[in-house]
Amino acid sequence: MLDILIIGSGGAGLSAALSAKQQGSTVLVVGKSYPTASQTSMAQGGMNAALGNVTPDSIQAHINDTIKSAHGLCNEEMVKQMCEDAPFSIEWLEKLGVPFDRTSESKVAQRQLGGASSKRACYAQDYTGLKILHTLYDNCLKENIEMLEEHLLLNLIVEEKVVLGATFLDIVTGEVKEIKANATIIATGGYGALYKNFTTNSEGATGDGIAAVLRAGGTISNMEFVQFHPTALKSSSTLISESARGEGGYLVNTKGERFIDELLPRDVVARAIFEQINSGEEVFLDIRHLGEEKLLHLMPQEVHLCRLHEGVDPITELIPIKPVAHYTMGGIDVNENLEVTGLKNCYAVGECSNAKIHGANRLGGNSLLEIISLGRLAGNNAVGCDCHHTEIENTQLQQDQEYIDGLFEEYPYEKNFYDIQNQLGVDFYTKAGIVRDNTQLNNFLNELRVIKADLEDMGIGDKNRENNTNLVDFLEFQNLLEVGEVLLDAALVRDESRGAHYKTAFPKEEDKFFKADALYWIEENVLQNRLVKVVN
Amino acid sequence: MQIQIKRSNELISYEIPFESSTLLKALYHIKNSEDNSLTFSSSCRSGVCGTCAVRVNGKEVLACSYSIQEGDLVEPLAYHEVQRDLKVNKQKVRETLRTATAWLQTPQEALINEQQVQLTAKQTDCILCDSCYSSCPVLEVNPNFIGPFALTRAYRYTADPREGNIQAIVDNIQSNGIWDCTLCGNCTEACPQGIDPKMDITMLRGTASQFGYTDPNFQAMDFGFGGF
Repeated sequence: MLDILIIGSGGAGLSAALSAKQQGSTVLVVGKSYPTASQTSMAQGGMNAALGNVTPDSIQAHINDTIKSAHGLCNEEMVKQMCEDAPFSIEWLEKLGVPFDRTSESKVAQRQLGGASSKRACYAQDYTGLKILHTLYDNCLKENIEMLEEHLLLNLIVEEKVVLGATFLDIVTGEVKEIKANATIIATGGYGALYKNFTTNSEGATGDGIAAVLRAGGTISNMEFVQFHPTALKSSSTLISESARGEGGYLVNTKGERFIDELLPRDVVARAIFEQINSGEEVFLDIRHLGEEKLLHLMPQEVHLCRLHEGVDPITELIPIKPVAHYTMGGIDVNENLEVTGLKNCYAVGECSNAKIHGANRLGGNSLLEIISLGRLAGNNAVGCDCHHTEIENTQLQQDQEYIDGLFEEYPYEKNFYDIQNQLGVDFYTKAGIVRDNTQLNNFLNELRVIKADLEDMGIGDKNRENNTNLVDFLEFQNLLEVGEVLLDAALVRDESRGAHYKTAFPKEEDKFFKADALYWIEENVLQNRLVKVVN
Repeated sequence: MQIQIKRSNELISYEIPFESSTLLKALYHIKNSEDNSLTFSSSCRSGVCGTCAVRVNGKEVLACSYSIQEGDLVEPLAYHEVQRDLKVNKQKVRETLRTATAWLQTPQEALINEQQVQLTAKQTDCILCDSCYSSCPVLEVNPNFIGPFALTRAYRYTADPREGNIQAIVDNIQSNGIWDCTLCGNCTEACPQGIDPKMDITMLRGTASQFGYTDPNFQAMDFGFGGF
C-alpha cells in the first residue's frame, strides 16, 4: 500500500513529497501537467523570511505585517509558526541548491515588497518561483520520487469520511484509474481561472482539488477573497510587474491625468483603476519618462511583453492596462495540522487550501513561503497515517468511469461550454471582481445556477479517448462552476468590506458579524454554510 | 490570416480572424469555435511554464510568445513521440535529466557570492520547454544523446560552489553526452530564454578534461599517420 498520495506537482506538492520521502514514507506525486509547468513557476517577486540580511528585521515584524494584511481573518498561531519557520525554509532550499541572489557579504539577498516593514523577500532575479520549482524537481528526481504527470483528479475516494485515495483521468490513454493510499495530500492550486481572460493565472487554476473536497463532503472556506493585481496588459492580462511602478511609472487616464498614488497597496490601486474604467476612462501605465536605456536595462521582459501582446512600444507609447485576478486566498478549510475539515487522512496545502495565513489579503512574498514551509509540514504530518482500508469496497471508480463513458456517447450538443466559460470570465470580473454589489451578485448567482442546471446540454465534441484535451477542459469547467457558486454566495453573504473583498454599500469592516470564516460544505446534496467567528 | 497545422501527417489550413495574434490565441480560437479536437499543450500564457513549445516553419517557438504570420506552418516538436496533433510526450525526454544526474550530488557548505550566482543565472532560467532538444541534429543519428537542456543543467550544478562531488556528474555525462555534441549551436538559437547550451557543453568538456577525460572522437581520428 502506498503511504502518501500527493495530488498536484507544484511547489507545495514537491516540498511535501521530499519531506515525506525523507521520513521513509513511500510517496507518489500525481499532477495534471508536468511538474515544472505549475503556477509556482510564475511567481516572480520573492519569498519572505525575516533574515535581516539587508535591513534590520525580526520574525515578530514579519508576523505583524502578515496579520495586518490578513485584516483579522487569520489564525495567529499558524502565522507565527510559518514566520518562525521561514528562515529554516530558506536554509532548506539553499541546501537543495536554489540559486538565490546574494548581498555583497555573500548572504541571501532580500528586497522590498508591498506591505513589508523591511527588505524581507529572498529572490532569484525575477524568476524566484521558477528557480525554486525546478530545484525541487531536480531533487525529486535525485530522491527517485515517483511522479505521474498528465493525470487529472476526478474525485476523492471516501468511506465514512475517511479518504482512501482518489480517482484520476489518465489524459494520455483516456483511462479512469484509482490510486489508493494511507494518506492523501491535496496541493492542486487556486481558482483564478474563474476570471478567464481577466487573470494572470494559468489556464489550469481551475480549483480541481477544492471542488473535489466539496463533492467528497469536506469543507471549504473564505472563497470570496480574491486578490487583484493592478497592472496587467489590457488585451492579454499578462502581468506587468510591480517594479514598473516601483521604478517611477505613472498611472494615467485618457485625459493624461494621474489619479492615484501608484505605490499604495495593491487593493487600493486596483480599485482606483477599476473606478476610472467604470467611469468610461481608459487607464494606461506610462513609463516613457524613464528613458530607453533604463527601461531596456531594468525591465527588458516587460518591454518585450508589451510589444508582443499589446502591440505597443512602452519606450514611446502608453501601455493600456487593467487590474486582474492574481491570487485566491480561499480554499480547502484545514486545521493547524493541515488536515481537511470534515475528512480524515486528508491534508491540503498551498493555494488550494485556506490555512488561515493570508486571511482577507495575501502579503507579497508569503505565497512562496507558504508552499515551502507548510508543504514540508503537510509531508511530515501525513507520515504514519493508516486508514486500514484494504477490505473496504468502494464504487467511486465505477461511478467516475460511467460518467466519463457517458460523455463519449452521442448527445445533443446545444451549447458550447467554451463560449459560456469566456462569458463567465467577463461576468466574474465585472460582477464579482474588485468592487461588488449585492444585486449584481445575486443575479449572477442565479445565472450561474441556471448554467449548472444546463450542463446536460453541454459536452465534448471530441470523441477520441486518447489525449482528449477537450474532455479535460470540460471537466475543469465543471470544477469552476462548483467553486464559482460558492465564491458568489460567500461574497453575497459578506455585507462588509475587508481586504480584497469590497462592497460599495458596505465600505467598512464589520467585526461584529463578519470577523469570521465563511465555511461551505455539501450535506444531502445541498450547499450549506456557516460563519465561524475568528478568535485569536 | 491563414495558417497551416500539421495533424497526423496531414497539413490542414485554418483561417484566423484576427489582425494580429499569438499562436496560442489562434490555436484556442480554432479549438473553441471550429474544431474541439485540435490538440495542443499550454498553461501559463506568459512564457515561463515551458508547456507550449512547437515548431513554426521549422523553428522552435513558444506558442504563447510568437506572433503568427500569413502562411505559417505549425508542427509538433521534433525527436519527441507525437501523441496527437501538436501534443508530444515529454516524459521520455525528461529521462535525460536522470541520466545526466543533474542535481547536487554531495551538497557541501559554501560561501556563495553574487558573481558565482550570476555565472549560472542564465542556465537556471531554463523552463524545460524542450525547444533545444527539438533543434538538435545529433538526435537524428543518436536517439540516446543526453541532449542540450540536461547538459546545461548538469553544467549548472558542476558550477555551483555547493557541489562537493563534481566528478560524479562529469562521469555520468561521458557516454552519449558532452563529446557527442557537434557544437552546431542550433540549441542556442532555439532557446526562448537566451541560454547557450553549446557554451555550457564546451565548459563541461573543459571540466571533464580536468578529471582526465579526453575527446573519444579525437582519439579515434586517424589523419593518415596511423592514429595517435
